Amino acid sequence: MTGRLPPSPAFEALNRAAAERILILDGAMGTQIQNLGLGEDDYTGHGSGHVCRHHSDHPQKGNNDLLILTQPEAVEEIHYRYAMAGADIVETNTFSSTTIAQADYALEAAVHDLNVEGARVVRRALDRATAQDGKPRWVAGALGPTNRTASISPDVNNPGFRAVTFEELRVAYLQQATGLIAGGADILLIETIFDTLNAKAAIFACIEAMEAHGRALPLMISGTITDASGRTLSGQTPTAFWHSVRHANPWTVGLNCALGAEAMRPHLAEMAGVADTLICAYPNAGLPNAFGEYDEGPDDTARQVAEFAREGLVNVVGGCCGTTPDHIRAIAEAVAQFSPRKVPEYA
Amino acid sequence: MPERQLRLSGLEPFVLTSDIPFVNVGERTNVTGSARFRKLIKNRDYATALEVARDQVENGAQIIDINMDEGLIDSRAAMVEFLNLLAAEPDIARVPIMIDSSKWEVIEAGLQCVQGKPVVNSISMKEGVEQFRQQAKLCLAYGAAVVVMAFDEQGQADTAARKIEICERAYRILVDEVGFPPEDIIFDPNIFAVATGIEEHDNYGVDFIEATRWIRQNLPYAHVSGGVSNLSFSFRGNEPVREAMHAVFLYHAIQAGMDMGIVNAGQLAVYDQIDAELREACEDVVLNRAPKSGGTATERLLDIAEKFRGDGGGQKREKDLSWREWPIEKRLEHALVNGITEYIEGDTEEARQAAERPLHVIEGPLMAGMNVVGDLFGAGKMFLPQVVKSARVMKQAVAVLLPYMEEEKRLSGASERESAGKILMATVKGDVHDIGKNIVGVVLACNNYEVIDLGVMVPPQKILEVARAEKVDVIGLSGLITPSLDEMVHLAAEMEREGFDIPLLIGGATTSKIHTAVKIAPRYAKGPAVYVTDASRAVGVVSSLLSPAQQQAYIDGIRDDYALVAERHERSEAAKSRLPLQAARDNPLKLDWTGFAAKTPDFTGLKVVEDWDLAEIARYIDWTPFFQTWELKGVYPRILDDEKQGEAARNLYRDAQDMLARIIDEAWFKPRAVVGFWPANAVGDDIRLFTGEDREHELATLHTLRQQVTKRNGRPNVALSDFVAPEGHRDYVGGFVVTAGPEEQEIALRYERANDDYGAIMVKALSDRIAEAMAEMLHERVRKDYWGYGAAETYAPQDLIGEPYDGIRPAPGYPAQPDHTEKLTLFRLLDAEATTGVTLTESMAMWPGSSVSGLYIGHPDSYYFGVAKIEEDQARDYAARKGMDLAEAERWLAPILNYVRKDAVA
Repeated sequence: MTGRLPPSPAFEALNRAAAERILILDGAMGTQIQNLGLGEDDYTGHGSGHVCRHHSDHPQKGNNDLLILTQPEAVEEIHYRYAMAGADIVETNTFSSTTIAQADYALEAAVHDLNVEGARVVRRALDRATAQDGKPRWVAGALGPTNRTASISPDVNNPGFRAVTFEELRVAYLQQATGLIAGGADILLIETIFDTLNAKAAIFACIEAMEAHGRALPLMISGTITDASGRTLSGQTPTAFWHSVRHANPWTVGLNCALGAEAMRPHLAEMAGVADTLICAYPNAGLPNAFGEYDEGPDDTARQVAEFAREGLVNVVGGCCGTTPDHIRAIAEAVAQFSPRKVPEYA
Repeated sequence: MPERQLRLSGLEPFVLTSDIPFVNVGERTNVTGSARFRKLIKNRDYATALEVARDQVENGAQIIDINMDEGLIDSRAAMVEFLNLLAAEPDIARVPIMIDSSKWEVIEAGLQCVQGKPVVNSISMKEGVEQFRQQAKLCLAYGAAVVVMAFDEQGQADTAARKIEICERAYRILVDEVGFPPEDIIFDPNIFAVATGIEEHDNYGVDFIEATRWIRQNLPYAHVSGGVSNLSFSFRGNEPVREAMHAVFLYHAIQAGMDMGIVNAGQLAVYDQIDAELREACEDVVLNRAPKSGGTATERLLDIAEKFRGDGGGQKREKDLSWREWPIEKRLEHALVNGITEYIEGDTEEARQAAERPLHVIEGPLMAGMNVVGDLFGAGKMFLPQVVKSARVMKQAVAVLLPYMEEEKRLSGASERESAGKILMATVKGDVHDIGKNIVGVVLACNNYEVIDLGVMVPPQKILEVARAEKVDVIGLSGLITPSLDEMVHLAAEMEREGFDIPLLIGGATTSKIHTAVKIAPRYAKGPAVYVTDASRAVGVVSSLLSPAQQQAYIDGIRDDYALVAERHERSEAAKSRLPLQAARDNPLKLDWTGFAAKTPDFTGLKVVEDWDLAEIARYIDWTPFFQTWELKGVYPRILDDEKQGEAARNLYRDAQDMLARIIDEAWFKPRAVVGFWPANAVGDDIRLFTGEDREHELATLHTLRQQVTKRNGRPNVALSDFVAPEGHRDYVGGFVVTAGPEEQEIALRYERANDDYGAIMVKALSDRIAEAMAEMLHERVRKDYWGYGAAETYAPQDLIGEPYDGIRPAPGYPAQPDHTEKLTLFRLLDAEATTGVTLTESMAMWPGSSVSGLYIGHPDSYYFGVAKIEEDQARDYAARKGMDLAEAERWLAPILNYVRKDAVA
């Protein structure tokens, strides 16, 4: 139904760019933030940074999204480094900026600010980068999965129970998407989908937000294949997943997180074989080592991602957990020589 | 090149390709079409209702139609409940769903429950074009294909011309105006009953078939479907004839292009196998032909129908039950692997009769079956929802055995546990991810383990408190984000420190065998720390750990394995960004002591406070933590008006107030406290206390720890000693212990004996709050009176929660001074055991539990902070200052050590 809306100017620019080359998405935020070694006081902005005007009596350490408001300079710097490493598209730090995910931190009231400012801070970083090299760059407003599942019961003795409903998710995502668009997001990116019903609520909300905005924004949809079963956590195969989200007319569909590039390849190939839209992949830097750290080097990751490109599987590539600006730089260099995948058109 | 095809999905994709001539939509889960299903839903027998759905899928239905439209059923609620239950059955949920209702609100509720791409059945222009357009837009936004009935404001289309006209109009609106993908449109041009004896009905079959042909030729990519059972309505009760009519009708309609239909997949005659006479009679009726034998087609079919009643024609397709012939062990395994509960009770009973003891059935074939499940899961051949289902089969089997096991226990008098073991599950502090943990909990619970799930972001102290209080057999920790690994190490060290020896299970996305072996297991020498790969392994691991026969060998095996892993691991870790102790000391908090002189307290030495008024204490209770204890997250009093938890919170609060009133009226507790002040000065990182104002004779030294993390922006590396004036200035430090008293334990026990867990938890929660309130109240009295530096304070009790006042009361074991052993000094100074009855356990825990202790520091610029991680240089220095050997200091400081203790790795 967004097909009924006029496309945003960025949408057209992105289509032109995607026709020419494989576009680069940024890498992991969490590991970059972890490297800052922030403590509770830094998260709340009481020790350093800016005090958040939204009060919560819960500990905030680990609430990475909150840093948008309390440590915007640090967040901007990370975005900037990804932009300078070669990312055409940089994601907002809003993975958990929904009332549902923020409930654990009692910061539901902050979500509008998180999303508006989350988009703005990326925009600032990208404008700085563009001022230096003249290359256009785009802000992808990230919508995460939340920490609840709409189609899996947490209670075996009551398999019909749901900890969250579609409607609750839709309302939360609408608030998020509206904030992201208000903050200047060029793209909406629904990512790390482990329960497709959550993603469908996000799609519904994105459509509503775009209708209110009056323009269609490019929508990126990225599922997560959790393990060797080759399925999402909620049990869908990659093709079944594509069928569930195709109505969104996404600008890209693809996979991220949970797996390194090599393990992701067969599932990505399946999706590329069935989807009549651009394909986006941003795997982890391999699998976490014994200490939960990702030690796959930039060249290793880039070599595997370049294989995706060589095989003609991808249009947009980037990195998820464990990837760094160095990984993104290496990936950008490695895929530059390959043409983007040609989108099959349905007969 | 992919084609424009109807692409649906459940857990698996379904594509209506050109080589599929006809999609069979199961209709048995339709209350309007199946009396049995209607009865099941009315009786809320959802388990059997799910079996009906499963039967259809096993019989080959590629899509299942679900309809709950019945006057006496809350259709919307039934639709939601059934779809949610169905989502938990992977062998049913693998196929797409057709959400069938004449009520839009039921359809929309259904759309909000399915993760796959479903089909909506149906929408139409019956109520006008505007509503049709609106509902179509919503179907698109929800991501559903749609059945469009040939129905408009004038009514249901009967003739071919009307069917064509309406379908064409609907198609143009959908495709041109709404932007609906044409391949996702399925027309239902209405199958009406034929052979009714009414002449106008005779051509209905032909009308449908002709309209179908036109739609398929003229409306690109659209599909045609229909509810076939309507056709034979006038032959109700004569199933063979009805099935023959359906088969004949489908044969011709499919040739015309009907590619989908609602048909009972289990009861459909095969066209070629229908008796020739019956088939010809049916064809005459369906195609509105004059019979060769004369008369009307309807008369002819009526004539011969009786002949075929109760005869063949309809063949029930049997599902594959060959596994029922297998030996009992294989049957149990098959049921477990496939999640089949249907025969499990009988099979378990059969196995029990063959076994020497009922327990042997669990330990033998059932566990063997679960191990197969675990192996398949590990190999990626099963996925989580199936494992959860297997666990459910297990639970039902165990339920069959339980009464026999209890009877055996009664006869033998043996005191066997009722559950296989008590498992505490928690997602560690700072982590909000709990799906994996919940699944492990489910699997364990289904295997007869009692699971105590503490939820997410559980602080280590809570885990250990509950583990202790509940006497659990195993603790299972989960975490997804990398910082959680530290929390697990921390908890292992805390378990060690507090004297636990029960197994500690480690699981979650970032955990690993190596991390467990190198970082966790060495911190927990008293008990085994075991890495569990995934949920399906949990039962095997736990049963091995708790089985008296296997446990020792199993633990020894793990220890050897982990020792090997640890040995191989490089011990040297790159240095983290910590300051050397001297550098941290060179960056302390520099308060301006020029001309400083603290107010002199009313007294130095001790004062025992006995004039406690419980009613007065109650005014100082901070209720927010009380609600947190009950897992109601929110700030009091706002929580009472919370949209979701408000009612629960209000009920809880009322119960708490009722009990509190009794506590006060009946003087359940006898609160006690002791407070002391001593002349004090900071000496380096320590605080020296003196016997008198001359400050010549040292009474004791309070040791403090300094933050060692690299600070930015000129922020100091703080130690508590920074808040106390150096030598040459008059300053004091105080100390206190308060307790609600030991009565709490006995009262709680009384509730437990009366099977009132609620009361037991309530009294504990309240006594904790009372102790905390006492600490707040005593602190106020100290500021306003005993020490007197805050005599002008006028805060109301509830204002104190925000700590608006000057000074702090840091407690040993808390972030500003993480070393619990400082309590020994404090207790000695206060003679606390004698004055309050509070004692310290060997792990420095206070008994009774509802007790609070701490220091008083009065400086207006003092604040609470966390020492966080320290390096070995500080640990050595601290140990030397305390006169403790390094190993012991490291043991107490384990949670904050930023390095691997040498003795711990070896």
